[in-house]
Amino acid sequence: MNWINNVVRPKIQGIWRKREVPENLWVKCPETGEMVFHRDLEANLHVVPGSGYHMRMPSAARLKHLFDNGEYVDLETPEVPADPLKFRDERRYTERLRAARAKTDRSDAVRLGYGTLDGLPVTAAVQDFDFMGGSLGMAAGEAVITGMETAAQRQTPFIMFISSGGARMQEGILSLMQMPRTTIGVQMLREAGLPYLVVLTNPTTGGVTASYAMLGDIQIAEPGALIGFAGPRVIEQTIREKLPPGFQRAEYLEKHGMVDMVVHRHDLRATLSRLCRIMMQAPSLAEEPVVTAEPVVDEEGSGHGQISAEAAD
Amino acid sequence: MKAYLDFERPVADLEGKVAELKSIEESEGGVAIADEINRLEAKARQALSDIYAKLTPWQKTQVARHPGRPHTLDYVGQLIEEFTPLAGDRKYGNDKAILAGLGRFRGKPVAVLGHEKGSDTETRLNHNFGMARPEGYRKAVRLMELAERFGLPVIAFVDTAGAYPGVGAEERGQAEAIARATDACLGLGVPNVAVIIGEGGSGGAIAVATANKVLMHEHAIYSVISPEGAASILWHDSSRAADAATALKLTASDLQRFGVIDAIIGEPLGGAHRDPDRTVLETGVAIDKALAECADLDADAIRRHRREKFLAIGRSL
Repeated sequence: MNWINNVVRPKIQGIWRKREVPENLWVKCPETGEMVFHRDLEANLHVVPGSGYHMRMPSAARLKHLFDNGEYVDLETPEVPADPLKFRDERRYTERLRAARAKTDRSDAVRLGYGTLDGLPVTAAVQDFDFMGGSLGMAAGEAVITGMETAAQRQTPFIMFISSGGARMQEGILSLMQMPRTTIGVQMLREAGLPYLVVLTNPTTGGVTASYAMLGDIQIAEPGALIGFAGPRVIEQTIREKLPPGFQRAEYLEKHGMVDMVVHRHDLRATLSRLCRIMMQAPSLAEEPVVTAEPVVDEEGSGHGQISAEAAD
Repeated sequence: MKAYLDFERPVADLEGKVAELKSIEESEGGVAIADEINRLEAKARQALSDIYAKLTPWQKTQVARHPGRPHTLDYVGQLIEEFTPLAGDRKYGNDKAILAGLGRFRGKPVAVLGHEKGSDTETRLNHNFGMARPEGYRKAVRLMELAERFGLPVIAFVDTAGAYPGVGAEERGQAEAIARATDACLGLGVPNVAVIIGEGGSGGAIAVATANKVLMHEHAIYSVISPEGAASILWHDSSRAADAATALKLTASDLQRFGVIDAIIGEPLGGAHRDPDRTVLETGVAIDKALAECADLDADAIRRHRREKFLAIGRSL
């Protein structure tokens, strides 16, 4: 292979990739079958406008929506040893990893961001289901710990958006070890006196729930999200019975006292902001109008700072 | 009657012959038979030693689940003096899949935890096959809080296929209960030692096995998922469990290589079930040594040691 192959080819491939038209311009609501144009879905924070079904939200969109003006620092996540078990099922784990990286353009399932939420510095992480089912392996575990450490160093709240099928089986016991390891991160936040807010999104199951996903100071769930330790199929096979309707859904967990609240995605940012400010003893947004360069007066004539701040994202 | 695993067939045949000859000897007697018995016994020992020298991960899984293997109650019965079991989580119920109590180990006061699988149909049902519900983990948390307050080291025996997957368990917060138990382990200012005596099944195990010292029996297994579970998810075929067991790297020697466990406790020839008493004694020696290694640490140092140990896992592979 000469240098031309090394240097030029990836660029050409890059152009080809960009030219590809997204396959699905129209997205089908899994609940009602309603078809939604992908831009409309994005504009509505990936909530189907008619049914209110919460589709999965890509990690970049999630962070962009959370932080003021959509701006944040993309924090680096630590590198970890690749494929320590030399795992192979029907495919090699290294191949699966490569495919997931190509598909998502991310090195693993957790993305970290640092920025401000209505002016308050916060650190956030998103565990993205699109990367191998958001599974918790060494990379994701280290990233979660790094996020929590960063929050502790910078004295900010830590907000964790989770969507995960559980442990990454291809990393075996080292994946299981991420449960105690991430719990150490939670303890660091606790010792630093910083709020840890968990947002459980569809779906969150397995070893992830049995560690940092259920150890939040505040537990928020998105409507309809499947949340549980054992998957519904495993339970059905074990007890050989049909499961009750709504079982392991966000609303069911709320009813059983396992989460604090179920919050519509449109209200999530304001809820997180309000809670972070209260727990950090920061002044209320209602008392402290955000100062903007020009006075904002909209058609209705209510030019509250709060609204202008909200409109910024 | 002895329970043989299918790969122990050659041993079973030889030992069957020995038993037959012995019964003949009893009724008739004679030197010729005694020699033959000795010869066959030696041969059986050799066969056993050959088989156990190169057990596959799937065979180890079967040994780890052997019905005759000593369980938590056997260890507690022989190693813990004045054992006083404590019941209930003070929230909902008493989960018999997890045994919890106070007692003395070699004279020193300790708190003891362990999954109990049961040893016959009745006790297995009573202990739910060692698969705990949230109440079990919450009882464990309660015990650890007591241990912390009264300065008692915690000894945990791990032997579970995993946490129980049921409707009630989910409704009452199985995931949260496991997470809080792991959290409690990590918060202990007293030393804790966990021994994987049979099956270390995923979250249900780690909930009590997040310890300063994690010991594991030679033929025990410790895994993120059962080989059957991995086979059905990754291979879409639960009959590929043997392949999954190999791929998961769940044996004691694998885990020692990964730095997940601190020491391996050797088992008698042919596995713990062939000599439960000796297994229990050896385990007592290993626990004593592990506790002694933590003896000079104060509460902060104990927490730091545990934390640093777990944070280091996987960072230098």
